[in-house]
Amino acid sequence: MSSVEMVLTAIAAIGFSGLPGWLFPSRSPAGQRLTTALLLFGSALGLTGVAAAWLEGGTPAWRVPWILPWGEFSVALDPLSILFLLPVFVIPALGSVYGLDYWKQADHPENGGKLGFYYGLLAGAMALVTVSRDSILFLMAWEVMALAAYFAATVETDNPDAQRAGWIYLIATHIGTLCLIALFSLWHRATGSFALEPAAALPAGAAGTLFVLALIGFGFKAGFMPLHVWLPGAHANAPSHVSAVMSGVMLKMGIYGLVRMTALMPGPAAWWGGTLLGIGAVTGIAGILFAIGQHDLKRLLAYSSIENIGIIGMGLGLALLGRVYGQADWVLLGLGGALFHVWNHSLFKSLLFFNAGAIIHAAQTREMDRLGGLAKLMPRAMILFVVGAVAICALPPLNGFAGEWLLYAGLFRTLGLNGEPGVPAAALAAVALSLIGALAVACFVKVLGTVFLGTPRHALASPAHDPPRCMLAPMVVLAGGCAGLGLFPALAAPALERAVRTWASLPGAAPSFTTLLSWRAITGLGLSLVALAGLVLLILKLLPRARGATRPVTWDCGYARPTPRMQITGSSFGQSLVALGTFLLWPKSHPPALRVLFPRAAYFKSLVPDTILDRLVLPVFRFAGGQLPRLRILQQGQTHLYVLYILVILFILLVWGR
Amino acid sequence: MVDNIIHIALLLVFPPFLLGVINKTKAWFGGRVGAPLLQPYYDLAKLFQKEWVLSTTTTWIFRAGPVVTLACVLLAGLLIPLGRFAAPIGFAGDLILFAYLFGLARFFTTAAALDTGSAFEGMGAAREATFSCLSEPALFFALLVLAKLSGSLMLGDLLRGPLGGFAPTVIAPLVLIAIGLFIVLLAETCRIPVDDPNTHLELTMIHEVMVLDHSGPLLGVILYAAAIKLFVLGSVLLHVLAPVQLATAWLNWPLFLLELSGLAVAVGIVESIMARLQMRHVPYLLVSAVLFCGFSFILLVR
Repeated sequence: MSSVEMVLTAIAAIGFSGLPGWLFPSRSPAGQRLTTALLLFGSALGLTGVAAAWLEGGTPAWRVPWILPWGEFSVALDPLSILFLLPVFVIPALGSVYGLDYWKQADHPENGGKLGFYYGLLAGAMALVTVSRDSILFLMAWEVMALAAYFAATVETDNPDAQRAGWIYLIATHIGTLCLIALFSLWHRATGSFALEPAAALPAGAAGTLFVLALIGFGFKAGFMPLHVWLPGAHANAPSHVSAVMSGVMLKMGIYGLVRMTALMPGPAAWWGGTLLGIGAVTGIAGILFAIGQHDLKRLLAYSSIENIGIIGMGLGLALLGRVYGQADWVLLGLGGALFHVWNHSLFKSLLFFNAGAIIHAAQTREMDRLGGLAKLMPRAMILFVVGAVAICALPPLNGFAGEWLLYAGLFRTLGLNGEPGVPAAALAAVALSLIGALAVACFVKVLGTVFLGTPRHALASPAHDPPRCMLAPMVVLAGGCAGLGLFPALAAPALERAVRTWASLPGAAPSFTTLLSWRAITGLGLSLVALAGLVLLILKLLPRARGATRPVTWDCGYARPTPRMQITGSSFGQSLVALGTFLLWPKSHPPALRVLFPRAAYFKSLVPDTILDRLVLPVFRFAGGQLPRLRILQQGQTHLYVLYILVILFILLVWGR
Repeated sequence: MVDNIIHIALLLVFPPFLLGVINKTKAWFGGRVGAPLLQPYYDLAKLFQKEWVLSTTTTWIFRAGPVVTLACVLLAGLLIPLGRFAAPIGFAGDLILFAYLFGLARFFTTAAALDTGSAFEGMGAAREATFSCLSEPALFFALLVLAKLSGSLMLGDLLRGPLGGFAPTVIAPLVLIAIGLFIVLLAETCRIPVDDPNTHLELTMIHEVMVLDHSGPLLGVILYAAAIKLFVLGSVLLHVLAPVQLATAWLNWPLFLLELSGLAVAVGIVESIMARLQMRHVPYLLVSAVLFCGFSFILLVR
């Protein structure tokens, strides 16, 4: 089997991995096990195919004509596809194993099989998106992916929140798809073919339109602000391993689309890069500010995904600017940083969503302010959470830092170019990135402190426990990935370098990653940081009275009887930052009215609604819902009348089209 | 090689002396004799001999806070040049690592504060997390200015001084970032007017309140790490403030220590003549640091 055939077989195996599950009784675990086995087999085969394609070099392709009048079945495995295929093959496979304990068939007889089917379909469709080289095939895979994600996320039919979030997602993704249909039609007109091959030249004016359409169409999927409206709700209400796949991999399909289209279009304009850099910075800062304001653990993680998408967007913007100004190092560091962050985010965000699932599994709630003190009950989950949190805050020595390090280096290098107006503004993105980093630390310390540290705030329905084996193992693998890529980022360098050189043809004398940055220094310093911390700990242990610590209650300035209710809550931890971001967040709070002496028991409520969705989109839709029923006058319920409408419109088009 | 050994030795030994200088300055302003200059060393020695007291609420995070912080500041100290002597470790892009090491320290310090389950320490952690979101952009603006001036991404070159000497167009931005960095230094090392290391009113503190429950050796590690942080950030600021070097190479070591002690005296003077700001006014001060550094950047790239 050639590498492409292996990958295509893998896609088929993964895509239909859920089918055998339906052959078994709904309460039997055999179906789910078979589904997982098939998905694991498909992923292993896919990874083998990817490895084979990598070793072959070049771009192995596979094409057959089909019966449709347009396009053809054309796939290829170039380094860009390979780079995006890796998370597609790894994360869903881990999620499927995780699901064995998280979404047991025996506990969910009514929807377990359905979830397994759509989950596999989602993973297979994503893999097909990344390899297709024909826009019609791409659109079909894209649509399957969008629908499979909808059905997987709304699998709980009795959960109204999930259903509502699902509707918003369905509308948003289809607005995006409409833009993509327009994009590919225009692409066909400009290049004369539906094939996704580099265009030699585009007619004047078309390139800009194509870019804007791609930005909006793929931006809906990736979650750039203000197109992110569907994202928090859908991620929060989906089963956790589906959230992990949606956030860790599916959002990246939007990024992939944007990267692919910009690779195909010759001669980008400076405003493309500038726009992406600006949108990325705004998305990053606003995303993490919204995350800080959330009370729901999974909504918080979803907003943090928006932030990370913003960071990736900044990298892509920088790379586009590099192509415009002929700066190979900006291209390498910008796109390299963005693509590295794609990998990194898929590792640590899946880890964190799996972790959130473990917490929900154990504590039966997503409300952070009802949790607390889980560290003692779930010590393993906590260690894994700390790894994920440090990685997502881009702190050394984990992988988040390695990715952002590339990006920072690229942004600082924009200072070297003099005389081009507007370029100094690009360096401001470095300041935005530093702000995002500081806010992310606040955000994830809030989660760690509220959920895992301190004492339990409320009695839990059942005693919390460390996640069972099938849930724990995928998390350990992901945490290992975070540490491995963080300490040895040079491992990723060849894949990134090849992908970047596929995206833009850099001159032969252009610098490479190894000459631009010293990757070994990151390895060395990461290891020495770990060693130094170990050394300090060792010295502390050797101190004369290190053994046998006294264990009183928390001193708390001498207050003898601290209670769990006296702890700071997640909301109050984030309150001052939410207040600083009021102009963006518009938080709502309902303080109790204190009018008399000795007021009676009262309650306080605070909420950070999504500014775009709750204050703009929903009111507009509600207004439209109020006004549009007037058009029902056209809707008489008589089929022949509807056919008449079609006839009339066809006539109009016939006349107008001439 | 010898210089590297001196660098490491100074990094390990000298920092508590700066705290002594600050306290002596404050005592002098208050008309007191004050504690001996070496008092911080005595304090540390005493703390390291005490027994461990750990609240039943806490987990390993509580111990990780001080340990990780010390490791981070030590590593950061190896990345900066002291005076005219090159840093022991230097590579292109190390300035990002330098800044993010402090982020890692902050992550574990604030988490350790939350680990106690106390409202006071939680408030301190929230303040620390909030204010750092304002000081971080100031620091990065300053780094941008220095990178632009030196044309390098290595802290060693960055802090060596501008490429084309000190033209007036260069001095203005440098003065502005010196002011901004001094404010960041005061905020990051928890000095007046942002924070008061001596107050014991929990409601008004930032850093001190985060470590209320740390005692004995762990408190010693925290104090030691705080002193090293002052030493490291002070050295960065000195490169902007005092780029003058002596011709005889080895004389630069005493010169550097003298300059650093002078900076400590300046911090002491600020502490003596200023009151601590109201908590709600602290963001204004930090925003002004961002403004100083931001304007400096604009001056440079205009």
